Amino acid sequence: MDIKRKIAAIFVGLLSTNVVLADWDLNMREGVTAISREIYGLHMLIFYVCCAIGVFVFGWMIVALVMHRKSKGAVAAQFSHSTKAEIIWTLIPAVILIAMAVPAAKTMIKVEDDRNPDITIKATGYQWKWKYEYIDEGVSFYSNLARTSNDARRLGSGIDPNSVPNYLLEVDNHVVVPVNKKVRVLITSNDVIHAWWMPDFAIKKDAIPGYINQVWFIAEEPGIYRGQCAELCGQDHGFMPIVVEVLEEEAFEARMASLKAEFGTDAPKLAASQ
Amino acid sequence: MAHTNDKYYVPHGSHWPIVGSVGLLLTMVGVSGWLNGGDISPYIFALGLLVVIGMMFGWFGNVIDESEGGIYSDQVDKSFRMGMSWFIISEVMFFAAFFGALFYTRNMALPWLEGGSNNFFTGLLLWPGFEAMWPSNGPAAIGGAFQTMSAWGLPALNTAILLTSSVTITIAHHALRDDKRGMTAIFLGLTVLLGFIFVYFQGIEYIHAYQDLNLRMDSGIYGSTFFMLTGFHGMHVTIGALMLLIVWIRVMRGHFTAKHHFAFEASAWYWHFVDVVWLGLFIFVYIL
Amino acid sequence: MSAATSNDATHDDHHDHGPELTGIKRWLYTTNHKDIGTMYLVFSLIMLFVGGAMALVIRTELGQPGMQFVQPGFYNQMVTMHALIMIFGAVMPAFVGLANWMIPLMVGAPDMALPRMNNWSFWILPAAFGILLATLFVPGGAPAGGWTMYPPLVLQTGDAFPMLIFSVHLMGISSIMGAINIIVTIMNMRAPGMTLLKMPLFVWTWLITAYLLILVMPVLAGAVTMLLTDQFFGTSFFRAAGGGDPVMFQHIFWFFGHPEVYIMILPAFGIVSEIIPTFARKPLFGYSSMVYATASIAFLSFIVWAHHMFTAGMPLTGQLFFMFTTMLIAVPTGVKVFNWAATMWKGSMTFETPMLFAVAFLFLFTIGGFSGLMLAIVPADFQYHDSYFVVAHFHYVLVPGAIFGIIAGVYYWLPKWTGHMYNEFLGKTHFWLTTIFVNLTFFPMHFLGLAGMPRRIPDYATQFADFNMIATVGAFGFGLSQLLFVWVIIQCARGGKKATAEVWENPVGLEWTVPSPAPHHTFDEPPVVK
Ligand code: HEA
Ligand code: HEA
Ligand code: CUA
Ligand SMILES: [Cu+2]
Repeated sequence: MDIKRKIAAIFVGLLSTNVVLADWDLNMREGVTAISREIYGLHMLIFYVCCAIGVFVFGWMIVALVMHRKSKGAVAAQFSHSTKAEIIWTLIPAVILIAMAVPAAKTMIKVEDDRNPDITIKATGYQWKWKYEYIDEGVSFYSNLARTSNDARRLGSGIDPNSVPNYLLEVDNHVVVPVNKKVRVLITSNDVIHAWWMPDFAIKKDAIPGYINQVWFIAEEPGIYRGQCAELCGQDHGFMPIVVEVLEEEAFEARMASLKAEFGTDAPKLAASQ
Repeated sequence: MAHTNDKYYVPHGSHWPIVGSVGLLLTMVGVSGWLNGGDISPYIFALGLLVVIGMMFGWFGNVIDESEGGIYSDQVDKSFRMGMSWFIISEVMFFAAFFGALFYTRNMALPWLEGGSNNFFTGLLLWPGFEAMWPSNGPAAIGGAFQTMSAWGLPALNTAILLTSSVTITIAHHALRDDKRGMTAIFLGLTVLLGFIFVYFQGIEYIHAYQDLNLRMDSGIYGSTFFMLTGFHGMHVTIGALMLLIVWIRVMRGHFTAKHHFAFEASAWYWHFVDVVWLGLFIFVYIL
Repeated sequence: MSAATSNDATHDDHHDHGPELTGIKRWLYTTNHKDIGTMYLVFSLIMLFVGGAMALVIRTELGQPGMQFVQPGFYNQMVTMHALIMIFGAVMPAFVGLANWMIPLMVGAPDMALPRMNNWSFWILPAAFGILLATLFVPGGAPAGGWTMYPPLVLQTGDAFPMLIFSVHLMGISSIMGAINIIVTIMNMRAPGMTLLKMPLFVWTWLITAYLLILVMPVLAGAVTMLLTDQFFGTSFFRAAGGGDPVMFQHIFWFFGHPEVYIMILPAFGIVSEIIPTFARKPLFGYSSMVYATASIAFLSFIVWAHHMFTAGMPLTGQLFFMFTTMLIAVPTGVKVFNWAATMWKGSMTFETPMLFAVAFLFLFTIGGFSGLMLAIVPADFQYHDSYFVVAHFHYVLVPGAIFGIIAGVYYWLPKWTGHMYNEFLGKTHFWLTTIFVNLTFFPMHFLGLAGMPRRIPDYATQFADFNMIATVGAFGFGLSQLLFVWVIIQCARGGKKATAEVWENPVGLEWTVPSPAPHHTFDEPPVVK
């Protein structure tokens, strides 16, 4: 990115959000799961609520700042309280908040309902890579930052990140999952705390050593989705991305077969215990 | 609002605070280096401690002179009382952190490790076969098998000792209030004695734990909570007993009056505080 | 030896104005709340620059994608130290300094209640931060686990580890002693007739802040002590294998941590509540509801802590509980914001520098509050958490919140301290530069966070490049503007237009009844408040 564009970017960024909207992502992604869209909805709702309140509060203050200034010859009134007003602006926010809390709680209950998944994958954080085990499938492999990114990110590597496709967001082995199937991910860690963040599924869960957290998603569109480790885990915290590849059923089967051939190991079995 | 109109005594500059800071600096640098294996660090640490202790004698010396010199108004006295009570409250919160750790691990962490609540897979995949119970040194049985200290041996005796001691100190206090100096000296001395006996028994208990029960600080979460709670309490008993000892010496020197004996009361409050903490310990660490 | 505090000293000596000791001893041995207040304020200004310089290292590396200047490990050290220094070294001491200077003047007390301990609480700070800064030079470098010090990561710190723990202990001791002193001063030293509900709001907010400090600092001390024993003495508080839980540290830390963030904003609320009535020439609207709101914020702050841990895997009920309590805090805070607006309404406002900063505080803190509320919505927080959206949130409440509050207070009281008016033109210039650059720095971070940029990373995917560039430019602008602030202060201390006792157009409060500069000893005879 040459310096001219940077300067331009700065002013554009300052002046007009519309222009910005055009070429940069400014807002949360809607994602590709029912939950992620619901969460996006919540995000926009609370955002607009805040905007509305902002318009009111800021508007009120701006009017005061403009009209009630000494230079405009304003003389100070001397009132110092009004129980009615204070009750109103205690109650109204309270009501607004309850109205916010209800849909949020509803979504939470859905998010936590991880019953009967179609497949279960165990994701284990390591300093600084992820290990994925397909429970009952006997497939397990590590997923490291892609070579291209890893070379470019070295201090003074001289490689321009812009020349690297998916800089810092590509790994050697993708996680593959079938489209429209309920996938459960068991998240844990082998050393320090990491976090498994996949924005397009609206999933972020900490990987705690010695404990297992669980999340689930049903991806509705095939494609490659990219996320990153989201809990500080040491010097290379910024360099352990997560890539999930959502495939059509048969493509998925094919990939699993080749993965088995390549990485076939003794991943944990659960069938018995469930 | 208790504002007496006679002027407030604002002391002139004192060098003790800065001495104290230097002392603390040396202590902390020393102990840090020590933990990192620095070989002169222990000496720095010791030096720091000496400076801090020296500071305390010097600083409190001044305060005692001033108070005996009668330049303190009732208002100053009240400031001291308030200060001491809030200091004790902060101490309470310090212990609260460790009690919190005890409750959290007992009632949440261990059941989760077994697979409880939303941790089904924690138990199933990471710690198969682990059963949450208390006492526990965790799924990996850190520190190996151990037995717990029975509440009805030394601990019960220690409880009795502390309870008695808070009776004796109250008697001493009343005696001081109606100017029965002899009584004061005897019962205060008794309190100090009981305090040190408590610490002595605690020491015996620790030796017993390490030698016969294989109950050590690294015996998983049980050992951790047990030794941190009782250890910090023991430390506070020692401090409290030393405070009372100094008060005792001052009583012998004829300090304090029936009306003004803040140092006495402050130490007494502190003593009741360690007493209450012990009751909490006895119930939650030993009995339950 | 102990002549400095010899017991033959009687209060009569206090009638001579000016310090008893001169030269360096005046500062080392002082028991004067004004001297100690000054030392606190100077210390915190220095720390603002040290922490700020680290922020600039951060921003420089983040200026464009790719690693240009520092190693990732060092970047993490900068982030950790930046936060610790700003919070414990810049913001908190600044507020304690203001409390030292103003509370005795505001309640009509001759000094703080426990003057020697007051001096000690200050002089512990240089020791604490000496140790903390020294970690930059020990094997393994400074702590790099984030200011939240989560285990197990923090246990990977090198020789800096015990130094980190013990410097935190020292900071704790210092704040607790400071808090005790403030409570006792307010409760025991008020002039006759100064009833609780006549106290200025700055005194009220500080009283409540002091309670918070006494209740949470020891808990932090306990938490880091457990880290220490886990590291060196084989305990298993935060080790699953031994029956502990790494997440337990987060619970204990945030039980301290959330009240801590209100410790950093409540005194600012107080300052703003002093300034706005003065320049609106109109009494503060809803004084008593301001007091109750502050109290309820303080109370609520004890039952919201786990909103920092929504992704740690709490059971559903826990998540919902902490979401509700967290959202509740918006209500009392709202009451305050509305009361401030109502105070300006139908006032007769002028916009000297303190007022400008106070007004900017109202707008920008509220923006930070809104983003806070968004973070409280658990499902949405799954997207926001540990992203730059959080970084944007807390810098809005901390920089144009806490820091603006402090700056406003400094401009407001500087004439009382120095006896001179500061240069109004430079003051206003400083305001406009600071306000423009602070938004330039932190507003784009909202976009970065929503677009998916995690926090605590030294390098990022290329689509984040442009906003990061903007933030970096803003940060340098903001930093340079603060050099102007320092210049204004020095200039004002050196000389300038003489300030009257009132300084501003009939402001309320005892502090304006004493001459400017405030004599070394004030209110030897307690004033009587009607
Ligand atoms: C001065 C410091 C300060 C203050 C005042 C606040 C105030 C608030 N904070 Fe913030 N917060 C921090 C400092 C602060 N915070 C820091 C440092 C972190 C990050 C720590 C770390 O991880 O390193 C953090 C992180 C943080 C998180 C965790 C985010 C995450 O890591 O995922 C959350 C989540 O709930 C949160 C919420 C809130 C809320 C609800 C408030 C509320 O108090 C805000 C209330 C104010 C308003 C709402 C605006 C005014 C109100 C009105 C105008 C009335 C009407 C409004 C409505 C009805 C909406 N904060
Ligand atoms: C009160 C607290 C406070 C304050 C005032 C600030 C002030 C600033 N902060 Fe900080 N910050 C935190 C508290 C604070 N911060 C916390 C708690 C974190 C989280 C840490 C963690 O994740 O563990 C954080 C993290 C944090 C990050 C995220 C790092 C990461 O997650 O990777 C960034 C990134 O931009 C940042 C930037 C800044 C900047 C630019 C300022 C600016 O406002 C600073 C401006 C001041 C100066 C610049 C002063 C200096 C002037 C000079 C030094 C003279 C020379 C100047 C020039 C030559 C220009 N801060
Ligand atoms: Cu792994 Cu951050
Ligand atoms: Cu919080």
